[in-house]
Amino acid sequence: MAGIEIAELSTVYPNGVRAVDGLDLTVADGEFFALLGPSGCGKTTLLRTMAGLEQASEGAVRIGDRDVTRLDPGARRVAMVFQDYALFPHMTVAENIAYPLRVRRMSKVSQRDAAERTSAGLSLGALLDRRPGQLSGGQQQRVALARAIAVEADVLLLDEPLSNLDARLRLEARTFLKKLQRDLGLTTVFVTHDQAEALALADRIAVMESGSIRQLGSPKEVFQRPVDTFVANFIGSTPMNLLDGLIADGMVEVAGARLAPPEGLDLVEGTPVVAGIRPEYLRVVPGAQEVTEGVAGILGAVAIVENLGVTSLVTIECADGTLVGLTVPEQHEPAVGTRLCVVPEAGRLLLYGGEDGLLLSARPSDHSAEFDRSRA
Amino acid sequence: MPAAEPEVVLEREVPAPQRNRRAGSRAAATDAAGLGRARAVGFVAPALVLIGVFLVFPALWTIYIGVTDYQLTGAAAAAPKVVGLANFLSALNDGLFHNAVWLTVLFVLGSAVIGQNLLGFALAWLLRGVRPWLRRTVESMVLLSWILPSTVVAYLWFAVLDRNGGTLNALLGTPGTAWLVTYPMASLIVFNTWRGTAFSMLLYTSALAAVPPSQLETARLVGASGWQTVRDVVFPHIRGHVLTNTLLISLWTANDFTPFLLTAGGPNHASETLPVFIYRQALEGGQLGYASAVSLLLLLGNLLVALVYLRLLRRRG
Repeated sequence: MAGIEIAELSTVYPNGVRAVDGLDLTVADGEFFALLGPSGCGKTTLLRTMAGLEQASEGAVRIGDRDVTRLDPGARRVAMVFQDYALFPHMTVAENIAYPLRVRRMSKVSQRDAAERTSAGLSLGALLDRRPGQLSGGQQQRVALARAIAVEADVLLLDEPLSNLDARLRLEARTFLKKLQRDLGLTTVFVTHDQAEALALADRIAVMESGSIRQLGSPKEVFQRPVDTFVANFIGSTPMNLLDGLIADGMVEVAGARLAPPEGLDLVEGTPVVAGIRPEYLRVVPGAQEVTEGVAGILGAVAIVENLGVTSLVTIECADGTLVGLTVPEQHEPAVGTRLCVVPEAGRLLLYGGEDGLLLSARPSDHSAEFDRSRA
Repeated sequence: MPAAEPEVVLEREVPAPQRNRRAGSRAAATDAAGLGRARAVGFVAPALVLIGVFLVFPALWTIYIGVTDYQLTGAAAAAPKVVGLANFLSALNDGLFHNAVWLTVLFVLGSAVIGQNLLGFALAWLLRGVRPWLRRTVESMVLLSWILPSTVVAYLWFAVLDRNGGTLNALLGTPGTAWLVTYPMASLIVFNTWRGTAFSMLLYTSALAAVPPSQLETARLVGASGWQTVRDVVFPHIRGHVLTNTLLISLWTANDFTPFLLTAGGPNHASETLPVFIYRQALEGGQLGYASAVSLLLLLGNLLVALVYLRLLRRRG
């Protein structure tokens, strides 16, 4: 067992692409950690650099108290499960699981022991003499996990562990994976492009883009307070509303509405901002269909209704053409064309800088200095 | 009969004109291109004639000559007599034939099964990870040795192996060693390994590309050595390719005539493989009937080897 420490790590491919670009990261001992991002963001390269399958160009990777930056993959004490599971088709399940022990020339008896011990915990006991070709996708994945666990590595790395399973099985495997990681207490890093997977499984998430980390935090933090519009856009099964607005009279003017800004922000009059509100955090004001523009709610007519099961995603079109999405319980699903007035729940409105797209937060003092200057 | 019903419905749904065309053209064109049998035969005929004239006829002719006492010159050349299996029987008692069979086996095992196979695989395996320019350079050199004409290659090797002023003697500091005279078979085996490795290298390069990278990386992650990776991960994937490759290069090597250009079978029959033996019997000894019989024996030997390989391949499948 060990944590992972990554310092100023860069991985540059021979063609000059900086897939990982000066990245710092610490994964605590026993943590379940997700690397999340769109394809090409460098998350898989980062994982492969931890494993030693890619050579770090600069910086260092430490596992526990060992600097493994220049070590061969086989000497790092890491186990990895590949997206395609990489099971050896000509070996039985037992031989696959025990292969790491065979490489270390351990006795046949201890190989079989390890295979039986590991497979029991993953309900593979009855399949030990089958070949991978005779197993379902979920079973194959558990064999790959068993092989990774059998080596008793310090760190477990998973590359898109769920993406080769069909949707139904994926949910089961997700629950299973989380329980397994809790039981083993093994430091685990996994790569995914699926934000729901990352939110569901991880203790902490690193959202990556262009080889560096955009935001690092717990699923709650990443979901509730994305640090910039990129993360805001990426996280959430229904995309966050990101609406262009202006600061006027200490209020946020957006889509014809004047919303109260988050408390404690020092806002510069007349600056452009982007208002971020998740569809889940917008509420319909009952009986406010006839209110005039310029009030505290966003007014619009229902344009599209998408059924999500328990909830429906309603898109309303405002007078200026802005589209705003919100979720409503299925029993309150409005008809298309209905005029609605919606307001964000208290404390759920986020403001991003109109130019840099960064979250405006309450703390820094240099912002207030700027505010004072503009007042003067 | 509920099963018949959908068919009836289908039949009714076919539009009338289409049904007519289907019925009318049944005799003429049943093929996809709509050529009809006569025209199809017309297209294939030139190829069939060429194959017949240059492959089938000579093969049958060889079998016929093999059972006669046909000679290059003299009375038997004018009026060959059928002698039945006499040629085959005398081959079985001919010490020179035994010698040629043994040398052919040696040549095939040494230069093809071991030499080209191992060197070709080693090159394919080692060139995976190197820089592209180095890989291209090495591959081009290996390919060059394969595609150059035999006469050119033989001349080059004379220059390398020459007793006086040969490159090899200069490199090894062994002036005056006549490699082709003192070690004729060893020279031929090294030569043919060099000459034919390109095919094995190409075949194994593409076979290795079919091994999933994640399986190789899994082996790396558990600390498998290069040999363990080849044995446990790579070889099971490419077993079929190994068999196919070994079959092809074995047959090519067994029938290869290039050794004649280097040693002409000498000295004193010490490098006389079967093709060289057949040539010398036919054209130097003038025994066309006997040489044809030995050709047929070589053909049977080839067939036997091919059958064994096919059996192995099938058992694997």
